[in-house]
Parts: sequence; structure tokens; C-alpha cells
Amino acid sequence: MSMYKVAVVGDKNSILGFKALGVTTYPVTDGDEAARALNTIVREKVAVVCITEAVAQQIMPQIGELNKKLLPAVVLIPNNQGTLGLGMKQIKKNAEKAIGADILFGKEGS
Amino acid sequence: MEIRVNPTRMEFNRLKGRLKMAQRGHKLLKDKRDELMRVFLELVRENKNLRTRVEAELSRSFANFLLASAVMSGETLEEAIMYPKAAVTLNMEKKNVMSVNVPKITFLQGEEQSSDAYPYGFANTSGELDSSIATLAEVLPSLVRLAELEKAVYLLADEIDKTRRRVNALEHVLVPQLKDTIKYISMKLDENERGALVRLMKIKDIVRGEDSA
Repeated sequence: MSMYKVAVVGDKNSILGFKALGVTTYPVTDGDEAARALNTIVREKVAVVCITEAVAQQIMPQIGELNKKLLPAVVLIPNNQGTLGLGMKQIKKNAEKAIGADILFGKEGS
Repeated sequence: MEIRVNPTRMEFNRLKGRLKMAQRGHKLLKDKRDELMRVFLELVRENKNLRTRVEAELSRSFANFLLASAVMSGETLEEAIMYPKAAVTLNMEKKNVMSVNVPKITFLQGEEQSSDAYPYGFANTSGELDSSIATLAEVLPSLVRLAELEKAVYLLADEIDKTRRRVNALEHVLVPQLKDTIKYISMKLDENERGALVRLMKIKDIVRGEDSA
């Protein structure tokens, strides 16, 4: 049995709250810093990485690489300005890839 | 389209074996795809619902946090949450879903106790910060579950895509190709047989003609 950690990457104001819970936080301001933070995270034993959508947008290729591996699991979270809908888009993309058609969001409302 | 082979009986038997194998593989892969699809649909529905919920709760927490940072000075705020009480640690196991390894992530020391998650005294901090941290602590298990789900959904989608390609390749390329080739060989063999028969009859005629002459 081994211990894994949770990490949060995002702009400082959005992720400060996570620090109080004992989650490792990586405050970043731009894509380069985020990429560096992600590199550090990958080398440590981190199971779950939460990245704010605004930051994730700038380092999408790197996140795509991580998605193919078993760990760490990357979750996109909204920042304090609200959600960009990227996380939902990812689910939709997965559904389309697997099923060939979007069945989840098409019938919303019915 | 057929594969270019020598029309021999040995090749014929070999191809028949391959066709049987391809058909069996096709059936198995189809079953695998269907089962993967079933699991995937379950997960992706849960994923969507959970994400909607988590996003809403996070926004609430952020809103409270914004209020807190407005009420309190930046230094006090940072000082308050500088030293967390306990680090969040997770345990990860691999789960095998139709030969796809998906992570199963659990909290190591039980659930987070949301009531005393505050790493600070209440004297210098505002109530908004408390409720912000409380919501955040509540949402953390969901967030971890969401991470696990999204990873599983991604990996499954990948595998379904791969399996579907294989099924289609077998169904629309390999199996028809093998069938065509087998047909070609059997025709060729029949043709050879007929040729040999005609030749025999012809020779017989010639031999008979010589005898009677």
C-alpha cells in the first residue's frame, strides 16, 4: 500500500482555499509556470491533479499526455470566475469517441 | 480483393483455419466491445452528473472565499491557512475492467471530517472563510471520485475506440478477403481437376483408337 497525494494547480486566488485542507497547491500565473508545476507533480506520487480550466487551456497537450497514463488523474475545475465548460466538453468528447455519437447532451431537457 | 497465394490444397486448408480463427476473434471482440460500452455508458452518465454537482459546489465555495478575502486582509488570510492540520493522502488500487486498468482511488484515513477541518483559530478570521473551507472539505471526496471517474471514462473510451477498429477491420477486411481467397483456390482446384479429367478421357480415346486400328 502506498500513499498518494492530491495536487491543485491554478491561479492563486482560486486555489488558496484548497491549501487549508492539506492539499498541495501550486499557484501559477501563466502556461509556462503551469507546465513546470505539472512536471514536478508527475515526478511525485500524486494521484489526483486538479487544474483550473483557465490554466489547463494553456497546457492542453501536456494534459493530453497525462490522460493516457493510469496516474495521475487530471480533473479540470472551474476557477473563481466560473466555469469555462472545458470539463464538460471533455466528457462529451469521450462519449463521442466511444459511441460515435453524442448521446448524453443531445437529449438534455427531454 | 483476395490475397495472392498459390492455389494448392495445403494453402486452402491453411486459409480455412485462418478464417475460422478470424471469425472467432471477431465474435469475441464484439462481445468485448459490447461489454465495454455497457460499463462506459454507466460511468459516463455518473461522470456527467457528478461534474455538474462538483462544479456548482466549487463555485459556491469560491464565492465564499472571494467574500472572505474581501473582508479579511490578504496577510491574515494567508496566515490562517498557511499550516494545514493534516495532509490529504490517498490510496490507489488498480481495477481491471475488461482488461483495461482503471485506478480506484480512496481516502487513506477515512473520510475528511468537515467539522474540524479548519487549521486556524476563529478569532481573526471571518465566517465566510469558514463556510468556504467547509464546502471545499465536503466537495473534496466528490472531486477525488470525479478524478477517478474521468480517468476511467477516458481510458475506456480509448479502448472502445481501439476495439471497434479491430472489430471493423476483421468484419469488413480480413474475413471477406479470406473468404474470397478460399473461393478462388477452390475454383482453381476444381478447374485443375476438370482439366485432368478431360486430359485422361482424351488420352483414353487416343489409346483406344490405336488399339482398334
